[in-house]
Amino acid sequence: MRSIKLSRVIVTLFMGFAGILFIMPFLWMLSASFKPELDVMKYPIQWIPKTWNMVENYRQVWAGAVPFSLYYWNSIKVTLMSTALSLIISAMAAYGFSKIVFKGRDALFLLVLATFMIPTQAILVPQFIMYRWLGLFDSHIGLVLLAASGVLGTFLLRQFFLGIHDEIIESARIDAAGHWTIFSRIALPLVQPALATYMILRFIWTWNDYQNPLIFLRSDSLFTLQLGIRKFADFSGEFYSLMMAGAVSAILPLLIIFIIGQKQVIEGVAMGSVKG
Amino acid sequence: MPKEGTVKRFSKPGAGKMRKQVFYDNIAGYLFISPMLILTVTLVIIPILLSGVISFSDWNFVSGIDGFHFVGLDNYTRLVQDESFHRSLVNNLIMIAVVPVAMFLALVLAALINKATYFKTFFKVIYFMPFISSFVAIALLWRVLYHPSNGPINGFLRSVGVDNPPMWLADPKYALISVMIIMVWTSLGFNMVIYLAGLQNISRDLYEAADVDGASQLRQFFRITLPLLSPTSFFLLITGIVGSFKVFDLIMVLTGGGPAGSTSVIVFYLYEVAFVNLESGYASAMGIILLILILLVTLIQWVGQKKWVNY
Repeated sequence: MRSIKLSRVIVTLFMGFAGILFIMPFLWMLSASFKPELDVMKYPIQWIPKTWNMVENYRQVWAGAVPFSLYYWNSIKVTLMSTALSLIISAMAAYGFSKIVFKGRDALFLLVLATFMIPTQAILVPQFIMYRWLGLFDSHIGLVLLAASGVLGTFLLRQFFLGIHDEIIESARIDAAGHWTIFSRIALPLVQPALATYMILRFIWTWNDYQNPLIFLRSDSLFTLQLGIRKFADFSGEFYSLMMAGAVSAILPLLIIFIIGQKQVIEGVAMGSVKG
Repeated sequence: MPKEGTVKRFSKPGAGKMRKQVFYDNIAGYLFISPMLILTVTLVIIPILLSGVISFSDWNFVSGIDGFHFVGLDNYTRLVQDESFHRSLVNNLIMIAVVPVAMFLALVLAALINKATYFKTFFKVIYFMPFISSFVAIALLWRVLYHPSNGPINGFLRSVGVDNPPMWLADPKYALISVMIIMVWTSLGFNMVIYLAGLQNISRDLYEAADVDGASQLRQFFRITLPLLSPTSFFLLITGIVGSFKVFDLIMVLTGGGPAGSTSVIVFYLYEVAFVNLESGYASAMGIILLILILLVTLIQWVGQKKWVNY
């Protein structure tokens, strides 16, 4: 197979070129956020800024009229709480649905699975009314509960729990271990990679969510980052360099998390789908 | 092989002990699933039932309970006549075209990366980037890229000799296409990763056998790779179509359904009717129609998986 070495190099070069073309919008965004406003729309594009205005642009975003750091903090708070809660209840439910035998289990699992198909937009109106009644409207807790009500985690983790041999659980029960002990001491450590995958995915989805904050938040002080950039964009109107600096600020933390956990995310996405 | 998910209860003498064990298992099972179940029932199942009820009324949530009157099928007949709804539905149907285009490009890339490239991980990360970025940021970025008079895209087009490049998002004729280009860009990475996983499951022996028989690379692709990837393709087609019905964030920030309703889709129109016009009944009817559409696609998936997919 050594003879195709050259062709491999050629294909790699071609793919590299296609890849650069593909992320050009991101490169443009980054470059625009470093420039003074006047240079942003100049053609030919100055990929490397002639004049640097990076510090000033980012200072405008982070210390300007729109309280960007507050929105950032709100996003971090909501995302961390959502991820933690979702992980705990999904893992528990997945264990119950896969490793405990109880009456009506399969019927209940089908019911939970069926909610997969319901588009979130179809239930926005009743959710909105219920949130008003329950006093969850315009609160971070409300957003956290919404994010945790998704059934995807339960489904994904159940696939992995099913892979644990029942003999392990049985022998633990002979040693008089209860289900909680088995779940926390034996089952969870065995599915750690799947937990990490779901954790990163949930984090990304919650961080990027625009629809729920838009509908269930009213107070500016509770706004998440996604609402914040939208507001900032409306506020800074035609100042594209500032808009791009805001967009970079929103994408960068996720990108770092993704690059650290890329193996988990990519494999998790592939596994969860191909298996299903 | 014991059946999956059944824990063989260890046999100790004494039916009493067994009964105790069954009782304990039932309690434990319900306790483990209850947090999830309570949330799902409260926040998803009850709302969808309420949606069904509200869709037969002329209610709006400002008027309180007294303003609740049943109007029979009025909301649904109104949908049949509503021009804006028609346009949104048609736009949704046009958007489905994104799915095969993204799938085709993703398959070509996946096959190239799988067969013939170094730095696989690096390419995976690059193509996956738009998929993990927030739609709000992406929408803001493309609004600038598409800028009709001096955006970089039209700057490039002019420099290669296109005198009157399209106005993209500002032109009702091109706006939907502009949105679809972004959708292809964002979904490419996901499709590619799934295809790569599918490609890894194809045994190498098949290709080696084909090599021995002197089949060309292209022929191998069409005779081995493509048929064996059909379950993967089918999965991507269905999830892609369902996903295309749920695109909200992008439309909301990018165009707000405009210009002149040319990029409005069902979910966006539903949002407008519910939260701008405050017509809860009418919006709920639209939500139910959307649910039925998605159920139909899923039904096709069930039937299709048995019929058209060769494993």
